Amino acid sequence: MANDGRETVITGIGLVSCLGEGADAHWDGLSAGSLIVDESTYAPYPVHPLAPIELDRQIAKKGDQRQMEPWQRIGTYAAGLALDSAGAKGKAELLERMDMIVAAGGGERDLTVDETILAGLRTAEDADTFLNTRLMTDLRPTLMLAQLANLLAGNISIVHGVIGSSRTFMGEEGAGIDALRIALARIRAGQSDIALVGGAFNTERKDSIIQYDFGSYLKGRYRPVWQRGPEGGLVFGSLGAFLVLEAREHADKRDAAPMARLSAVLSRRSSRRPGDVTASLEASWQDLAGRLVSDGLALISGATGAEPATAEERAFLAAHPEVPVRATGSYIGHALEPQFVMNVALAALAVNRGTLFSPGDPSVERPMQGPLKQVAVTGIGHWRGEGLGLVDAA
Amino acid sequence: MASNRDKQGRPVVAVTGMGIVTSLGAGKSDNWQKLTAGQSGIRAISRFGTDGLKTKIAGTVDFVPVDPRSAPELSERIAVLAAEEAIGQAEIGSRGDFPGPLFLAVPPVELEWPQRRALAEASSANDTVGYDALLRASQDERFRAYRERFMFCSVGDRLADRLGTKGSPISLSTACASGASAIQLGVEAIRRGEADAALCIGTDGSVYPESLIRFSLLSALSTSNDPPQGAAKPFSKNRDGFVMAEGAGALVLESLEAAQARGATVLGVIEGCGEMADSFHRTRSSPDGKPIIGCIRRALDDAGLAPDEIDYVNPHGTGTSENDRMEYLGMSTVFGERAKELPVSSNKSMVGHTLSAAGAVEAVFTLLTLEHQRLPPTINYNVPDPAIPLDVVPNRARDARVRRALSNSFGFGGQNVSLVMAREPA
Repeated sequence: MANDGRETVITGIGLVSCLGEGADAHWDGLSAGSLIVDESTYAPYPVHPLAPIELDRQIAKKGDQRQMEPWQRIGTYAAGLALDSAGAKGKAELLERMDMIVAAGGGERDLTVDETILAGLRTAEDADTFLNTRLMTDLRPTLMLAQLANLLAGNISIVHGVIGSSRTFMGEEGAGIDALRIALARIRAGQSDIALVGGAFNTERKDSIIQYDFGSYLKGRYRPVWQRGPEGGLVFGSLGAFLVLEAREHADKRDAAPMARLSAVLSRRSSRRPGDVTASLEASWQDLAGRLVSDGLALISGATGAEPATAEERAFLAAHPEVPVRATGSYIGHALEPQFVMNVALAALAVNRGTLFSPGDPSVERPMQGPLKQVAVTGIGHWRGEGLGLVDAA
Repeated sequence: MASNRDKQGRPVVAVTGMGIVTSLGAGKSDNWQKLTAGQSGIRAISRFGTDGLKTKIAGTVDFVPVDPRSAPELSERIAVLAAEEAIGQAEIGSRGDFPGPLFLAVPPVELEWPQRRALAEASSANDTVGYDALLRASQDERFRAYRERFMFCSVGDRLADRLGTKGSPISLSTACASGASAIQLGVEAIRRGEADAALCIGTDGSVYPESLIRFSLLSALSTSNDPPQGAAKPFSKNRDGFVMAEGAGALVLESLEAAQARGATVLGVIEGCGEMADSFHRTRSSPDGKPIIGCIRRALDDAGLAPDEIDYVNPHGTGTSENDRMEYLGMSTVFGERAKELPVSSNKSMVGHTLSAAGAVEAVFTLLTLEHQRLPPTINYNVPDPAIPLDVVPNRARDARVRRALSNSFGFGGQNVSLVMAREPA
């Protein structure tokens, strides 16, 4: 940590979730403790549905919108908001040099096609031939492009013109943590001047819930993440989150106002034996020790509600009772890849305003006294990946 | 003695270990022998029935037993084979303890039809099998293994466990450029001084019905099923698409300084990486070739080289009408008149298109080309395309003096990555 290289700031933020779009909607929603949960459409799985957005405002061409599945539209939209907020939208010279790291899963399926084929397979004489024939006729040829992980980045290039570089990291929560870590390391080392980093997730689809239903998903009535107990689970939320990261000297040169400073992103991988998550967080916390402020520090937790990860994070937090905590997942839900980026963005909004939004669940969260100067951000994957970020006032 | 720093003052990045698996076989020795003999690994698909398909061939890796079969399972298995060969050659770390990070190019994963059918059968639904029924069935304990297997991070996580790489493994998906992106990230980490060594793997074991049909529906695949070995015809006038294939390539990258300090044999040097995304279309290149041209030029700039200093090109060379035409436009623009004489041979004519693995597989072949000073051929080159006047090293391997080579990887979604490799440190 001795040599950090170039100072890196956040100059653009683009957010959409169940709370709405943009910084103010998120700030207001979190401050008010707004709870937007749909417990019926996907029952017994509660979800936080995306607030309505006017796609035309960020994705001008209907043709482009049609070429995307919802997760790509959400992400392309949020990326546009981030570019707007950074004052980079439409600036070809800047966008040609702008690097991009997207954290993505993808793979949205055509549920009707799947259901029809599964029904037919039951009576098909030759299952292989039946499957081949039906897929050849029933799949939309362009569906693959709406499924591929890297086609969110591809759509951002097409719609917004970001072409400096394009990298997509896959792998649930860890992908978002590493996307920010690598983008930050590249800027610090002078390998990059400006980067668009983020991702998107659409929860309003049953094919995705299946993947995470094998023991990780909360069923029945919604509860805040800290109250889901030993049988807890995650609750998905549709959201998109993008940040524009920039070397401070680069931001200064183009008169872009920094909203916050991204001071550190650490990621770890443990095998999740009992106690691993607590130890992993504590080790990262110690790595940051020299740079944590004694007054004005808070923590935004990315706790998912999935166990045992959330209980272990809680044990870590209990060892640092002086730090006020906020778990945003209770309000925006969990979105895997972009979750950490979303929480770093919310941390940036908080330090930019110099105050923390109101506490939720009083068993863990309490009001913060005095001005906010610094926010630590945890990102504990529901199965793998542990991250810790640090955001300071610009 | 060569400097440990490049022209820009950054640590020189050496390759000290390589491993490879393709439809031709496992290991560098077997692959190189067959590749330079002009043998094809493309064959009729036997893994599943092909009735009802237009394309019935692929470069599958059938010699690695996998049960139960799935794309992530096979991708992981062949990645392990390639990685262990590379680490063994580098003689770095100890077994299960690789002293650096993992950058992994891996195909996107999802439940496949055998799993979906198992859920449907367990759902005991009647004639209609809705997703609600699948969701109910999925809660059965016996399907728990699906959860980990089909998470996007699972191949990387298991490789990190087995190989003992350090830190959080990064799983990359930049379509058919993924393997090159993995190498690029490893190079950058070493140049930043973050790591002395990095393990970069590209792997792809995803020949299954739906993956093949997806490419087929985009008219990207060759339908020249008979004989399978003749299907992949890069740069030929009668080329009719690429052939899907499986494989894995692994490289141990090290800072030259660290490699020399421990007395490692340097197999080659990654001198430069270039990248430029294409904003024109989801599957087609910008007609002016600007992104491909920019990508190659950025790689040369990164290496601090003039175009004249490249002696050989390992192209993306898929054998689709579009790719080969646009790649020629890129090369003829960057290399000018010299493009006519510069040897350019496509490994894909023999091993097919290994998709997520291609950039890593072809980096290994490019480094073997440098090591052996012998150019593998482009086979099936019987009808030259007058619009692509390149020296494709037609049909027969030949010896050549090659100091530096360029390897191109392009993918859907506007992904373009070029790597510059040299035999020896400058």
